[in-house]
Amino acid sequence: MSRWRSWGRNWGLWLGAFIVGFTLFVAIFAPMVATQDPFAQDLSRRLVPPSWMEGGRPQHFLGTDGLGRDYFARLVYGARISMLIGIATVVTSGIIGIALGVVGGFFGGRIDDVILFTITARLSIPLILVALAVVSLVGSSLTVVVATLGLLLWDRFAVVARVATMQVRTLDYVAAAWSAGCSQPYIVMREILPNILSPLAVVATLEMALAILLEAALSFLGLGVPPPLPSWGLMIAEAKDYMFFNPWVIMVPGMSLFVLVFGINLLGDGLRDLLRTGRVA
Amino acid sequence: MLQFLARRLLVAVLVCLTVLTFAFALTRLAGDLAISIAGPNSTAEDIEVVRKAYGLDRPLVTQFFDWVSRAVVGDFGRSYFFREKVSTLIFDRLPITLTLGLVGLGIALSVALPLGVISALREGRPVDRIISLVALLGQAMPSFWLGLVLMITFGLHLGWLPISGTGTWQHFVMPGTVLAFSAIPALMRLTRAGMIDAMSADYIRTARAKGLSRTSIVLKHAARNAAMPVVSIAAVQLGFMLGGSIVIETVFALHGVGFLAWESISKNDFPTVQAVVLLLAIIYTLLTLGADLLNAVLDPRLRAA
Amino acid sequence: MSALLEVEDLEISFGALDAVRGASLEVRRGETHCLVGESGCGKSVTALAVMGLLPSNGARRAKRLAFDGKDILGLDEKGMSRLRGDRMAMIFQEPMTSLNPAYTVGSQMAEVLIRHRGASKRAALDRAAELLARVRITSPGMRLGQYPHQLSGGLRQRVMIAMALMCDPELLIADEPTTALDVTVQAQILRLLADLQKDLGLAILLITHDLGVVARTAHRVSVMYAGEVVESSPVDRLFHRPMHPYTRGLLSCVPVPGKIRRDQPLGSIPGMVPHVTRGFEGCAFRQRCPLTRPDCAGPIERRHPDPDRDYLCQIAPNEMAAP
Repeated sequence: MSRWRSWGRNWGLWLGAFIVGFTLFVAIFAPMVATQDPFAQDLSRRLVPPSWMEGGRPQHFLGTDGLGRDYFARLVYGARISMLIGIATVVTSGIIGIALGVVGGFFGGRIDDVILFTITARLSIPLILVALAVVSLVGSSLTVVVATLGLLLWDRFAVVARVATMQVRTLDYVAAAWSAGCSQPYIVMREILPNILSPLAVVATLEMALAILLEAALSFLGLGVPPPLPSWGLMIAEAKDYMFFNPWVIMVPGMSLFVLVFGINLLGDGLRDLLRTGRVA
Repeated sequence: MLQFLARRLLVAVLVCLTVLTFAFALTRLAGDLAISIAGPNSTAEDIEVVRKAYGLDRPLVTQFFDWVSRAVVGDFGRSYFFREKVSTLIFDRLPITLTLGLVGLGIALSVALPLGVISALREGRPVDRIISLVALLGQAMPSFWLGLVLMITFGLHLGWLPISGTGTWQHFVMPGTVLAFSAIPALMRLTRAGMIDAMSADYIRTARAKGLSRTSIVLKHAARNAAMPVVSIAAVQLGFMLGGSIVIETVFALHGVGFLAWESISKNDFPTVQAVVLLLAIIYTLLTLGADLLNAVLDPRLRAA
Repeated sequence: MSALLEVEDLEISFGALDAVRGASLEVRRGETHCLVGESGCGKSVTALAVMGLLPSNGARRAKRLAFDGKDILGLDEKGMSRLRGDRMAMIFQEPMTSLNPAYTVGSQMAEVLIRHRGASKRAALDRAAELLARVRITSPGMRLGQYPHQLSGGLRQRVMIAMALMCDPELLIADEPTTALDVTVQAQILRLLADLQKDLGLAILLITHDLGVVARTAHRVSVMYAGEVVESSPVDRLFHRPMHPYTRGLLSCVPVPGKIRRDQPLGSIPGMVPHVTRGFEGCAFRQRCPLTRPDCAGPIERRHPDPDRDYLCQIAPNEMAAP
């Protein structure tokens, strides 16, 4: 039975890695994957259903949207936006959160109180509302969305980094580095950071999934990535008007979003299990 | 216990003050607020008029203290767009959002708690793995998309539930379910972890040695001890749900606080935005405070400390 | 009259690990039966198996497992749960964690009587107060309303004992009940158990690794080693003339007043208890045994030097030199 379980665990990890890897591949090589222009409108061919459905056309594999743009091409280029947002946000929020968490966990005392308070205050701020307000005020662009989400999504990084640092700093090798007269920055960079990276990797997957979902929600509400960029959230918003008669227009981007986020979560879950069992062994 | 309470209260007040400052700073982010309010087609004189009318010509510090001194007594000024007192606007719509949040929490708890308990009792077995997988699937569901899919399925094709509006309780079923989806995975995981911990505790062995029934062992002895982290996370999740209601209310056209926030954001109605941000932060802080108190009631060790 | 608890050829395994391999023992009414051995020899799992409380990864088989002459091997969880806490009760090694931190002492004690006797809450609490007094806890009425964290370790163990007595059980299994306690408290708890036994006619299966405890409380002793009962004897004869080399080793580790000489160092048994996996043959003690012989690797005979004694060794009683 344990064999079945370990297989099941790895199965999730591999499936997650495959989904994420595949999406990344599609995002990077978008111009080669999608031969059509995602921005080219053709009002004479609006809302063409996917090619396997009745009325579908072979040149539009997933049909066209309300403006006659090729849905497959938009989906493929949309993967770029999701992956870009996901990765860039995680990098930004990761740097902020890890810095705060490590400082709090390493120094403790008053400094840690302040950090802890900052985390508490951040958690009390309504995420989507503030993100929407910022994007609305500063103006919507990809950079603004990444910066806003990056500045908001660091809390879990900080929480995990803080606790992990507290655990690591009491370990023998850190004490050894202290007594060897190593400087504080040296200890943090060389002794602490490498040893708290594994739990942070799990957080990174969670935050990436969250960032992608939030971008889609912001774009859906019209205050994320500006049109005509093919964000999946924006595609759903634009398709909303036709969804009662052509449900596939929201199913295509929605399923893609769902599968990508599911894949990232599977990856994170698999990593978590791997780390947990790895630590026991 | 009293010391703990005092400390928690102090932190809560400080958090609210921080958010107060944050909410003020947020609206000054755009640079010149007067230009945003006056709109894109306004002349320089229009902007000057707006600047004077809203007191935006005063020094920033004066504006800030003016805002804070009014905000702490519940006066958030008048809405630029709705031409009404912000506090009236919000309190008219708060019941809808609170109903939505509570329905969401109710659905989330009634799904997450049993699943979490079953998962824990069948730890490592296929049932547990399937439930975990379902939680992961739920977590990946974009809420606004799920809302639309439900609308098509239950509203249009099956015709079971109304698609939008707030007239009857049926109107809250779909939005509540969608909102619950976001909270279920976290609640379920914590219930599972707590129950696994509790079920392997020595006092459970004692309970079995006493010959107690399975029901009593699981629901009385284990669940009570697993409940504390769940209470905390439930409060946090309710806070998140109220914050997340902005998306759901927009999708289902529920005219609650979330919808109001979305409207005022798109209309550059900053007094309202500020007030909603502050209100949600205060509610969140109160919820976590309440959860801590409830935990103190649940755990005799905390009560005594 | 047959024994209250009869265990014959009990086998317990966790996966490939055989924790108990054919252990037999009998506990008679009104008797304290001590189960002795080093940690890891299978004492605690034997007790748990009797109670039907083995963890889910443990498997139990036996030729016979009977309580009051009735088979309990075939009882399902529901049937066992009717016996547990009612006619057979158990207390554990960890008094600090064995009580539920979320409920008062009174409610945890009362639920036993409510469950098994359908007593009212009021009556159950009265009974609980009476038993708290019986285990010599002062102001029992106040204690009923207290939570476990408000009590010391010794008090908690008394509460556990009182809770075990709620339904007047015939058998009390005590798994190292004093190990976690201070020496003075240990003595009090042991005296309490002995008194309760005398007054209530309890049969006690006491699990311990402490031969001092055995000497003070036991009527009969079973010595376990690596999942087997290697020697079983009335207590006086065991101390007077231990038969099995392992029992001898154990006894030589304990200073007995009047028995040790100043110039003679206390003994010790070199080595560790082996983990026995499936297919193991011969005597498990042979690697550590000073008297080991080539035929110790083969099947071992159980010998009966007296009618109510037995031990598991290749060496016959008459060959066994006096210690």
